[in-house]
Amino acid sequence: MTETDNSKNNSMSLDDARALVVALEQGDDDGARALVHRLAEACEDDLFQEIGKLTRDLHEALNQFQLDSSIVSLAQEDIPDARERLSYVIAMTEQAAHRTLTAVEQSVPLAQQLREHATDLAGRWRRFRSRDMAVEEFRELVPQIEEFLTLATGHAEQLSAELSEVLMAQDFQDITGQIIRRVIELVQEVETQLVRLLETAGRYRKVEPQERPARLVNGDTGAYGPSVPGVDAGEVVSGQDEVDDLLSSLGF
Amino acid sequence: MDTNMKILVVDDFSTMRRIIKNLLRDLGFTNIQEADDGNSALPMLQSGDFDFLITDWNMPGMTGLDLLKAVRADQRLAGLPVLMVTAEAKKDQIVEAAKAGVNGYIVKPFTAVTLKEKIDRIFERMQAAAQG
Repeated sequence: MTETDNSKNNSMSLDDARALVVALEQGDDDGARALVHRLAEACEDDLFQEIGKLTRDLHEALNQFQLDSSIVSLAQEDIPDARERLSYVIAMTEQAAHRTLTAVEQSVPLAQQLREHATDLAGRWRRFRSRDMAVEEFRELVPQIEEFLTLATGHAEQLSAELSEVLMAQDFQDITGQIIRRVIELVQEVETQLVRLLETAGRYRKVEPQERPARLVNGDTGAYGPSVPGVDAGEVVSGQDEVDDLLSSLGF
Repeated sequence: MDTNMKILVVDDFSTMRRIIKNLLRDLGFTNIQEADDGNSALPMLQSGDFDFLITDWNMPGMTGLDLLKAVRADQRLAGLPVLMVTAEAKKDQIVEAAKAGVNGYIVKPFTAVTLKEKIDRIFERMQAAAQG
């Protein structure tokens, strides 16, 4: 409703005032009262409309305040908390990788020794079987075989110990999996809250859509990080074969 | 190929450096040194007769791509063979690395066979280029 309409319909006009004066001068009490009543009613309508609007605004503001305070706790507590949880995931996976690498580094020389000794003995054993060995050499061979059997037993024991170490080092998966799942839930909650906040804000003011920054690219390094199957597509190679094809097309 | 050649492995994750070092040792290379980003790698390269550089891309400080560019820009290092081992898998990145003069590009996760193949290929080509 425009202001001119307002002044015509709802507020007192000069004509209304004159009509009221005429009615009072003529002693028309009923007419004067009806006139005053009509004018008052028009004012009340405006007032009620205004109060209605204020009530709605207050309601929205209170709702938004509730939203705001949960966003504050997300920002102040939950997100730093998630950051710490994720750092813990990095630390745990790193520790597991080092534990595994250490076990492997300790196992490799054992396997190497076993192979070298066994190859050496196998050669001499073949010569003995084909009766191509002097008695003295055979006398030397016997204790060496015994020595090898002891060594093999010891190395096998040590190797199984290293293998169980590798096995146990995988226990990070369960814990990090649970931690990451909780962080995913938090991200979902943040998303829901942000969408609700945007919806509320959108009712009050039109927000011009802004262009989204191209990608999660690290500005300093020009790096995108590891690609994730099903998430990154198109511009990303699917494996080493595609890298090789691309490079050979460039003359590599 | 000379298994005594001096190799520098650059990666910000110590686990990845350890993995590459172990794989290189399996291939017979024993003269291996490590750096955790381009900033620490470049002075090592400049002062110590390295024969081969294996580097990651995404590292804090100086990235592998910047390290590669710095190596190519340095007269004494310009001919150093460089193998990039990285999780960066965008086509335009691979093209960018190729343009910057990389000798080989491996995307993580990778296998021991791939590493051996690429190293062999790089030195075959260098030998062919030296003879031709």
